Amino acid sequence: MKKTDFMRELRRYHKGSVSRRHFLGVTGLGAATAVMAGSLPMRAFAQGIGDRVSMATWPNYDDPDNLAAFQDKTGAAVQVNVFGSNEEMFAKLQAGGAGWDVVVATNYTISTYVGAKMIEPLDLSKLPNYDAAAFEARFAGPGTVDGKLYAIPKLWGTTGMAFDSTRAAQPLDSWKGFFDITRTEFSGRTIIHDYQLTAIGNALKYFGYSFNSVDPKELAEAEKLLIEVKPHLFAITSDYQPAMRNGDAWLTMCWTGDGKQLNRDMPEIHYALGKEGGEIWSDFYCIPTSAPNREGAYALLNFLLDPQVNAREALFHGYPVPDSRVEALMSDEMRNDPILHPAADLLSALEFGAAVTLTDPNRAEIMARFKAA
Amino acid sequence: MALSNRQARWLLLGPAGLWYAMLLVLPLAVVLVYSFGERGAAGGYQPAFTLAQYANLATRWTAFKNTLMLAPLGTVAALLIAYPLAYFLAVRVNPRWRTLLLVLVIVPFWTSILIRSYAWIFLLGGRGIPALLADLGLGDWRLINTPFAVLVGIVYGYMPLMFFPIYVSLEKLDRKLLEAASDLGSPPWRSFVQVTLPLSLPGVATGSMLVFILLMGEYLIPQMLGGGKVFFVGNALVDLFLQSRNWAFGSAMSVTLVAVMLVVVTLYMRFLKRIGAAREDVGLM
Repeated sequence: MKKTDFMRELRRYHKGSVSRRHFLGVTGLGAATAVMAGSLPMRAFAQGIGDRVSMATWPNYDDPDNLAAFQDKTGAAVQVNVFGSNEEMFAKLQAGGAGWDVVVATNYTISTYVGAKMIEPLDLSKLPNYDAAAFEARFAGPGTVDGKLYAIPKLWGTTGMAFDSTRAAQPLDSWKGFFDITRTEFSGRTIIHDYQLTAIGNALKYFGYSFNSVDPKELAEAEKLLIEVKPHLFAITSDYQPAMRNGDAWLTMCWTGDGKQLNRDMPEIHYALGKEGGEIWSDFYCIPTSAPNREGAYALLNFLLDPQVNAREALFHGYPVPDSRVEALMSDEMRNDPILHPAADLLSALEFGAAVTLTDPNRAEIMARFKAA
Repeated sequence: MALSNRQARWLLLGPAGLWYAMLLVLPLAVVLVYSFGERGAAGGYQPAFTLAQYANLATRWTAFKNTLMLAPLGTVAALLIAYPLAYFLAVRVNPRWRTLLLVLVIVPFWTSILIRSYAWIFLLGGRGIPALLADLGLGDWRLINTPFAVLVGIVYGYMPLMFFPIYVSLEKLDRKLLEAASDLGSPPWRSFVQVTLPLSLPGVATGSMLVFILLMGEYLIPQMLGGGKVFFVGNALVDLFLQSRNWAFGSAMSVTLVAVMLVVVTLYMRFLKRIGAAREDVGLM
């Protein structure tokens, strides 16, 4: 069995689309666990970039086939570490010793990373596949701080909600509806992100406040709402696909790509934005100043910025890529997909996350209190 | 050069002393100092001298409550399951089968607790046991992300730690004592209560202590089977150091957890001592 096929099966198993028996059967794992260790490829230093590049990223975000192709090409295996929130990613890097070469960070964190000298300006001579003109300014903008380029957009998206349309009497289309149905028909079936920005931000939208508010009075109302709905939640987690797929959860805060992946496999799961507004965002590739394998990081970034490779990424993760060269390779269906590209009037109500939310002590404490409640 | 007794003693104590100083005393001292500090502007720690962090502890009452309820409950549940099993294996079972049965208890322990807890996510999730119960017409059950799920994970994960000390103390049991009791007209239940049980108490005490202390600091099982809804102090601590990056408050909470544990363990030791003393009194009669 090919490595890529294996990873595909593992992914299907993880998401619950296939049974354990199927997984062990098709992969031959049931019988061959012991053989595997010996058969792993051990190619050393093909391009002088070492045998490992470590990346901090998000769940369901990177095409394992692409990462395997990178390993075939360079000999360096990509070690993927997934996170549930930017805050956690920031904290691990801040504490030191994380050992990451590439970090996938969201727009509102970049200026703080730069201020704390935790990421470095990018050396474009090592990124021939990067073409500044190809990137959409409104998504690429936060990557440049004080005239220096620190981060390159990977993809952009929105934060909405995914719900099982067979369970909802009416389609959901607002954060008011989200929190109200959670306390009634959907009690015990809703998931809220384990992430201050969206958990608190969308609760703020319930009252019509700004997604980015740090006003103590408005935050207090949001906290009250969150603590009120907590007994009605299925879980607080940012890895919500498994529970949505196996039917444990019927409604979740959701990012574009997860909504697309869920809807692709289970058409009854719909993705919607809150009409009050919510978040629009872009995520960036950055290289930490502490990267142990800088050359490996550049090699990986350059590989992923190749429009052909990046197009395959887009097909996997289901997010729009703000690179016109990649967009040109997409099918009309993808380009006109209402999940990837919501209607203009819905988009205009959305806000980019603000840097202050990352460091605001009040938001951090409210999130921690909500979880410990 | 010959070493005097005194010098030799210090030399021999050196490695262990260094170990304690570097890996226990120093980190605890750092945590204690941090607990009087403040959260840095972008998170982390900023030196200060304030009791504000301790004043904020009440906001985490639920986490303490969950821990202080589920840790003892988990310990008792593990004891209730481990004791009969250990008794059966050590006393009742045909010695020919004993090794095999012991291996069956040990083997699952070779797998990482992470993997074993992960398995429970599927077992307790909507397509696992609840689906089976629904098929049998036993109603709509939600198991995953409840205190019950966490309790199951705890009992399953920690049972061997309870089992082995009890098993060892029962295995050493002198059968002649039971024969003597029987000869003196004691019915089996009375022999168990007056002979077997008291002699196995050291194993019960050790096992309970092991499980209880580890449970007070538990993080993984509530994280995996509690879905962010059944929070232990350990989970609240991880949040304070990672998500909200409030090291000062996290330190204050660690100090409090250590203090609570010391109090509970001291009370427990005292309780054991009293039982031991009571037994001696009975023995004298």
